[in-house]
Amino acid sequence: MSPQKRVKNVQAQNRTSQGSSSFQTTLSAWKVKQDPSNSKNISKHGQNNPVGDYEHADDQAEEDALQMAVGYFEKGPIKASQNKDKTLEKHLKTVENVAWKNGLASEEIDILLNIALSGKFGNAVNTRILKCMIPATVISEDSVVKAVSWLCVGKCSGSTKVLFYRWLVAMFDFIDRKEQINLLYGFFFASLQDDALCPYVCHLLYLLTKKENVKPFRVRKLLDLQAKMGMQPHLQALLSLYKFFAPALISVSLPVRKKIYFKNSENLWKTALLAVKQRNRGPSPEPLKLMLGPANVRPLKRKWNSLSVIPVLNSSSYTKECGKKEMSLSDCLNRSGSFPLEQLQSFPQLLQNIHCLELPSQMGSVLNNSLLLHYINCVRDEPVLLRFYYWLSQTLQEECIWYKVNNYEHGKEFTNFLDTIIRAECFLQEGFYSCEAFLYKSLPLWDGLCCRSQFLQLVSWIPFSSFSEVKPLLFDHLAQLFFTSTIYFKCSVLQSLKELLQNWLLWLSMDIHMKPVTNSPLETTLGGSMNSVSKLIHYVGWLSTTAMRLESNNTFLLHFILDFYEKVCDIYINYNLPLVVLFPPGIFYSALLSLDTSILNQLCFIMHRYRKNLTAAKKNELVQKTKSEFNFSSKTYQEFNHYLTSMVGCLWTSKPFGKGIYIDPEILEKTGVAEYKNSLNVVHHPSFLSYAVSFLLQESPEERTVNVSSIRGKKWSWYLDYLFSQGLQGLKLFIRSSVHHSSIPRAEGINCNNQY
Amino acid sequence: MDSYSAPESTPSASSRPEDYFIGATPLQKRLESVRKQSSFILTPPRRKIPQCSQLQEDVDPQKVAFLLHKQWTLYSLTPLYKFSYSNLKEYSRLLNAFIVAEKQKGLAVEVGEDFNIKIVSKSQLPSENREGKVLWTGWFCCVFGDSLLETVSEDFTCLPLFLANGAESNTAIIGTWFQKTFDCYFSPLAINAFNLSWMAAMWTACKMDHYVATTEFLWSVPCSPQSLDISFAIHPEDAKALWDSVHKTPGEVTQEEVDLFMDCLYSHFHRHFKIHLSATRLVRVSTSVASAHTDGKIKILCHKYLIGVLAYLTELAIFQIE
Repeated sequence: MSPQKRVKNVQAQNRTSQGSSSFQTTLSAWKVKQDPSNSKNISKHGQNNPVGDYEHADDQAEEDALQMAVGYFEKGPIKASQNKDKTLEKHLKTVENVAWKNGLASEEIDILLNIALSGKFGNAVNTRILKCMIPATVISEDSVVKAVSWLCVGKCSGSTKVLFYRWLVAMFDFIDRKEQINLLYGFFFASLQDDALCPYVCHLLYLLTKKENVKPFRVRKLLDLQAKMGMQPHLQALLSLYKFFAPALISVSLPVRKKIYFKNSENLWKTALLAVKQRNRGPSPEPLKLMLGPANVRPLKRKWNSLSVIPVLNSSSYTKECGKKEMSLSDCLNRSGSFPLEQLQSFPQLLQNIHCLELPSQMGSVLNNSLLLHYINCVRDEPVLLRFYYWLSQTLQEECIWYKVNNYEHGKEFTNFLDTIIRAECFLQEGFYSCEAFLYKSLPLWDGLCCRSQFLQLVSWIPFSSFSEVKPLLFDHLAQLFFTSTIYFKCSVLQSLKELLQNWLLWLSMDIHMKPVTNSPLETTLGGSMNSVSKLIHYVGWLSTTAMRLESNNTFLLHFILDFYEKVCDIYINYNLPLVVLFPPGIFYSALLSLDTSILNQLCFIMHRYRKNLTAAKKNELVQKTKSEFNFSSKTYQEFNHYLTSMVGCLWTSKPFGKGIYIDPEILEKTGVAEYKNSLNVVHHPSFLSYAVSFLLQESPEERTVNVSSIRGKKWSWYLDYLFSQGLQGLKLFIRSSVHHSSIPRAEGINCNNQY
Repeated sequence: MDSYSAPESTPSASSRPEDYFIGATPLQKRLESVRKQSSFILTPPRRKIPQCSQLQEDVDPQKVAFLLHKQWTLYSLTPLYKFSYSNLKEYSRLLNAFIVAEKQKGLAVEVGEDFNIKIVSKSQLPSENREGKVLWTGWFCCVFGDSLLETVSEDFTCLPLFLANGAESNTAIIGTWFQKTFDCYFSPLAINAFNLSWMAAMWTACKMDHYVATTEFLWSVPCSPQSLDISFAIHPEDAKALWDSVHKTPGEVTQEEVDLFMDCLYSHFHRHFKIHLSATRLVRVSTSVASAHTDGKIKILCHKYLIGVLAYLTELAIFQIE
């Protein structure tokens, strides 16, 4: 492809490699790193950035050191060693450095947390370890549960406990699951007794409390505590949360307004938390630039801090239930009986719970979940589809990079988003209406370059609809780009139109057999649908003819055009749809006179398939006898026969310009070509000539001069066999079906079934 | 209710066989309306001049006073799913909890009867006079949004225009909550130069008892490193006189009139300063009725034409979410 594209690819690769380097601290990354070939790779990537090399080397060393440090701590202090303090200090430093720079893998946190709370080392060491328990991405729930179990043993000091709770509150969002931790609710609650711990435990409970945790005895305990300690903001916070969940249990009036409930326990880790969030967000986005004009209005999601374009899957039923007045909101929040999406893991589960599935609060989130895509696909619930439609339409519009000047820096993100959509469409084998609407709006503004592959794929997933309605909105704009762009663009457009045709045909063939035709959304009758498909085919025919002229009969382009017609010629048999559309003369003759054998071979194959389809159609008509509206007009048959006559005349009977392509004999004489009659048969046709020569050379390798005209009679049949053996299957099928062999092949041995 | 925004010459759809849409789903209706919209000229070529309508007179000036003289940032909003007016109190509670969870600061949320939201600071700072200061206000609005309502099914509530005043961080939190709760989508609503010209013409055409501000236009010349702005202020009565001279159809504004009005301004400016304003970009229009900035900021000054201004903004918002 174009050099530009290649450069982009290389950049993309670099970017991914850089991206992965920020995750190096995960264990799996380590292991890979130890492979020497891989580390070479890394240094290669670093070439454009000589500093990068050193950094990578440093990272490598750092990780080795970290591994050693973790090993050291795991073994525990070696009593006899003289350099004990020095070694300890060195390893602590290593851990701290790595933790603050890249964060620690969850396995390392697991080990180190264990050490810090088990009291193997002194208090100071424990504190330092705890302070640098910064995750690279997440902390596993198990580590936390294990750590809490150490608290019961009583091996760690009060200050360590405080620090641990502060750490837990700060890192709460990075713990991967919380079910187990919630089971320890009672334990945490009991820790409220400890005055030093109380504020931090309160904060933790505030984060952890669910409705079912709110129990009368706990409320009593809290009120007791408040009576004992006075109005403490942290206790009030917890109480107000309890009151929110169970208003009936708490009759005490709580001050409504409150400034800050909790002392900010995160402040120790503030910068580290930001870094973790950044890491979890994936490769960090480019720094935000100051935007001026309205043309630069930034999509809200970046301003509004959501992590990705597609919302996170969250089941939420309360919006549905809020309509019913008698139901209190907290009830809704904890509704039982329906199946929460978070637990949906497998297809059988989906099937079992399909009737009571809680739908996601934001429908857009289904895009990332194949199980829910299944659901979306089979549910015919309009609100569900409309919610998805609204979300996708707006997101596409917001994200679309060529709507906004200077927004190209987010190109990669937009491309990824489009890829996700296309994956979903392929998965469902169905296009989204939102994408179609988006194409209407955005195609007129498209430069034909940006996200080309994705955009053209979207085109191929346009849901079936009336062609004449879609044409002015889509295809006319596409045609402008088509005619003014490079040959590669033309080929890609033809490719995507071929896929569009295929998708429409599949959809129609399913639709006809699945349900009565009247249910079909956009066309009332099968005739209407067929008309729409045939218009699409004619339109592509027109595009192709013009493109062939513009690109001076380029072979590469012709391949793509014939690919399209390979689909077209087989509609009747493959899709069981009553439609046969032939190619325009501009394509047929260009292919017939092409210098490329594979083109001619493809043409033969297509003609063969056309013949099969038309014969099948004819047969059905005869069987049914009824005059249905889908009987093909005699014009189609005539047209086909005309092409067939030309082809047979050229390739087989050596009467090229008689019936098919008619050229006045006088003009032919003026050209001065003596034997023009032979010149287009399978021997002399420019694209076969080389085959003829190799055939003759194979026959008699000693011959110094070859006379291709000698291929006649028996030799002619051998020659044909030779051609077939060279992989020209299309030619073989064509000749087998359209030409009747007789003992004298060069005579009028054909019966091209002219009378359909 | 006289429909200010009723497009009189909407491309007639009846010429095409739409009958097969009788049984069509809302989704297909939506698509159909998008097609209609994309295939014809985007804006109806004529609109009514804002009048002091019946509806307007019913509105208590006291009640809408808080909407005036404030800068609002505009957003378009897709229909809200399962929203119910009877639950505003509940929503207020939930939203409050959400904001507290996000910010952990003492804020209170009030959701008014007519569905506007106020965030009131409750002791951000120790100083007494700060108590109860309104930090942020936002309101939802739909004035004559009939074209959208047609295709929206009953599970959805259509409030396509959202206006916010206050820190954007608050807008973000509240917007996020709405997006999560009602599965809707907020997008900033920018006003392009074309629509700004329309606003300039329509607002100039409004009859005013007295003018409170000069008519002012701001153009931006894209050049680096700093863009260059050209401001052009006209006495409002002069602007009105110019409008009256180009205005022909009574009670209506047409596309030709808007173009002519702007062309007159351009040629006047060119005569004096030899600058072709038509080659620059119109970024702000201010009149005594309202002022609008291209990046989606609006300030409404005149109570009398409030409904008219909102109707046009609703139209723009609907166009964005269609």
